[in-house]
Amino acid sequence: MKNSDDNEPPKPFDEMLEPDGTVRMAYAQYGEWLHGTSKDTLLRKDEQADMMFRRLGITFTVYGDAESTERMIPFDIIPRILDPHEWDYLSRGAIQRVDAINAFLDDVYHDQAILKAGRIPPELVLNNDAFRPEMLDLDLPRRVYGHIAGVDLVRTGPRDFYVLEDNVRTPSGVSYMLENRQTMMRLFPELFATNHVAPVGRYPTELRNNLKSVAPVGVDDPTIVLLTPGRFNSAYFEHAFLATEMGVRLVEGQDLFVDDGLVYMRTTEGPKRVDVIYRRIDDDFIDPLAFQPHSMLGVPGLLSVVRRGRVTLANAIGSGVADDKAMYVYVPEMIRFYLGEEPILQNVPTYSLRNPDDYKYVIEHLEELVVKEVHGSGGYGMLVGPKSTKAEREAYAQRLKAEPEAFIAQPTLSLSTCPTWVEEGVAPRHVDLRPFVLSGRRTTVMPGGLTRVALKEGSLVVNSSQGGGTKDTWVLER
Amino acid sequence: MTGMLSRTADNLYWLGRYVERAENAARLIDGTYHLSLLPITPEEHGELWRRLFQSNEELELFQNKHPGFDDDSVVEHMVLDPENPSSIVSCMDAARDNTRAARAELTTEISQCMNQTWMDIRGINMDKIHERGIQDFLDLIKERAHLFQGVIYGTMRRGEPFLFWEMGTALERAENTSRLILARSNSFHRAHRRDDGFDFYRWGTFLRSANAYSAYRQIYGDIDPVSVAEMLILNTTIPRSLLACIEDTTDILKTLRREAQCAEMSERLAAEVRSMRLDQVLRSGLENFLHDFRNQVHALSDQIRADFMMVR
Repeated sequence: MKNSDDNEPPKPFDEMLEPDGTVRMAYAQYGEWLHGTSKDTLLRKDEQADMMFRRLGITFTVYGDAESTERMIPFDIIPRILDPHEWDYLSRGAIQRVDAINAFLDDVYHDQAILKAGRIPPELVLNNDAFRPEMLDLDLPRRVYGHIAGVDLVRTGPRDFYVLEDNVRTPSGVSYMLENRQTMMRLFPELFATNHVAPVGRYPTELRNNLKSVAPVGVDDPTIVLLTPGRFNSAYFEHAFLATEMGVRLVEGQDLFVDDGLVYMRTTEGPKRVDVIYRRIDDDFIDPLAFQPHSMLGVPGLLSVVRRGRVTLANAIGSGVADDKAMYVYVPEMIRFYLGEEPILQNVPTYSLRNPDDYKYVIEHLEELVVKEVHGSGGYGMLVGPKSTKAEREAYAQRLKAEPEAFIAQPTLSLSTCPTWVEEGVAPRHVDLRPFVLSGRRTTVMPGGLTRVALKEGSLVVNSSQGGGTKDTWVLER
Repeated sequence: MTGMLSRTADNLYWLGRYVERAENAARLIDGTYHLSLLPITPEEHGELWRRLFQSNEELELFQNKHPGFDDDSVVEHMVLDPENPSSIVSCMDAARDNTRAARAELTTEISQCMNQTWMDIRGINMDKIHERGIQDFLDLIKERAHLFQGVIYGTMRRGEPFLFWEMGTALERAENTSRLILARSNSFHRAHRRDDGFDFYRWGTFLRSANAYSAYRQIYGDIDPVSVAEMLILNTTIPRSLLACIEDTTDILKTLRREAQCAEMSERLAAEVRSMRLDQVLRSGLENFLHDFRNQVHALSDQIRADFMMVR
């Protein structure tokens, strides 16, 4: 606990510099290079990077912003670097979580042992909007539900990593991991000659093999497609990028149809059977006959084919029940229950406002907490207590009062900072990390990920929709 | 051929059409710009645009907004008007949209080229055109269209996606050339010839509008309306002649699927054009021939959709 006369908040952990100014191991080589590189050079590189991204047309869409619906996510030219030990720890922790989540999903759609054992309140699962009774008693290939997961992590100290959320619906951002690396290799080839950075470029191949390994029974050479909501979706660039890199067709709902218990795509040669669908459309919109009836994005009848086991969806319908912000609290419990292990990565202490004690605490401590909607994502609709005004807190408290079960709260973590190129030069900015975990024949994680950075000084919100940028993430091999 | 997504095939077909259409519009305006340097009456000038717009069913749209065919009105309509689906700005918007939709089938270089062009012409308006000069702007459009087509030729795999793009380009050319001839169809009669040197410029401009001026000079030498018609209709070494466009389309369709109905249709149309007697057609009415040709091209594109796009 802080001393009462300690007015200065402690400096957050920095990825490059120890409190005494010495350079941490991961940055040993890079730090030296950065020290010897002029501001002019960095400025020029930054401009080059900007031009490269513009010409590539890497944009995302900001909703509710009529003026500029297409924006670029700012790219920062200074990498976030992790040493081999840090990565070993992180990757084991991320794989452990995803394994437990897949076991949990298989369980809640079959025997529900964890509910029967009283380890998770059943109503939290069974009454959850993301729980899909349509998936009950269905055996999925390799019992995998979350084939692709993006585990959001933040760091507060040398060995202190916290998981913020496990994205097992349709996590995005992997194209930035790949494009950021390509951009860095073009801008700074000399750095890759001296630093032993683990490559990430084989991700599309791994993803493809992974999807192939979960094809329906009896299909040896499956036709895989990537299903996108279309070119007006915020992540369309990523969908097109991944389809190209994997060598699979990029399809929209209108390109697919169900006939006689199978899924087909419309091609210039007539109907062609589809076996595995890497879908980037949410459950609600995937099949108008089963879910949202007015959805134009999905494929009517798709669920019926899933139920017959004649097509695999990645991620599986109903995976969302595991990454709900209310369910998040129980992931450590899942790890203990299914794997018989202790969690490697920590959860952030979380207050569920449905619980009266927690509710009372949160209302009294709004100024110190981050409050999020249970079903929200993308940083929309959250309250960052320490950065909020009194009026904002009062307005937010009204929402909490009206619908407490829709919110959770967490202490404001002192997110680590990483040197970042900003207007006045190199300065520390807060970062998080999203490694991508693939599950199929086995569970793997690409050595790297998406580092998001809050470009505004002092800001803790890294979401791209809220002005965050991205960095290349280096995992050193030695 | 293994079969590509029908929707993507459609996107690539229209990508070919829109880029060619934008470049064609630039050439048309460019041609009349040269024309206006000559002692040509404003009436004759206006009549040319009137006939061009009429053949494309955009005359009403133009006349609702503009009282006459002055330069600024024509540029406004042909370059800037977002309500005119054939304006350069509309074409480039549609081309970019199709590029995005078909992105997964295109090379990075192609996407980059389109993005760069789109960034460069975004926000263009009359003031900016006056400032930099219309000629400069038209040059940019032509240059970028050629660059874009070149990047596709240079970087894209010769598979189905490429062929659908190429076919869109060929059919758009057939339409544009037929429209261009149609707008002047009454000038091809020998009786209409003027021998004051003015004709030389007028036909020169016409040929430039079809990107065929220097080719004409190399093949035929002196300017003569019958030869001009022969070249733009029948000469298969001219990439925008009617016959060349239909022969290209036939080849592509046969490569895609030899037994497709549209391939047969296209072949029939090519044979029809090839066997035409130009002198007879010029006597009995070039207009009828061109209308018939255009109808057949429309029927052909409908059949292509039916054969390849799984039209429901």
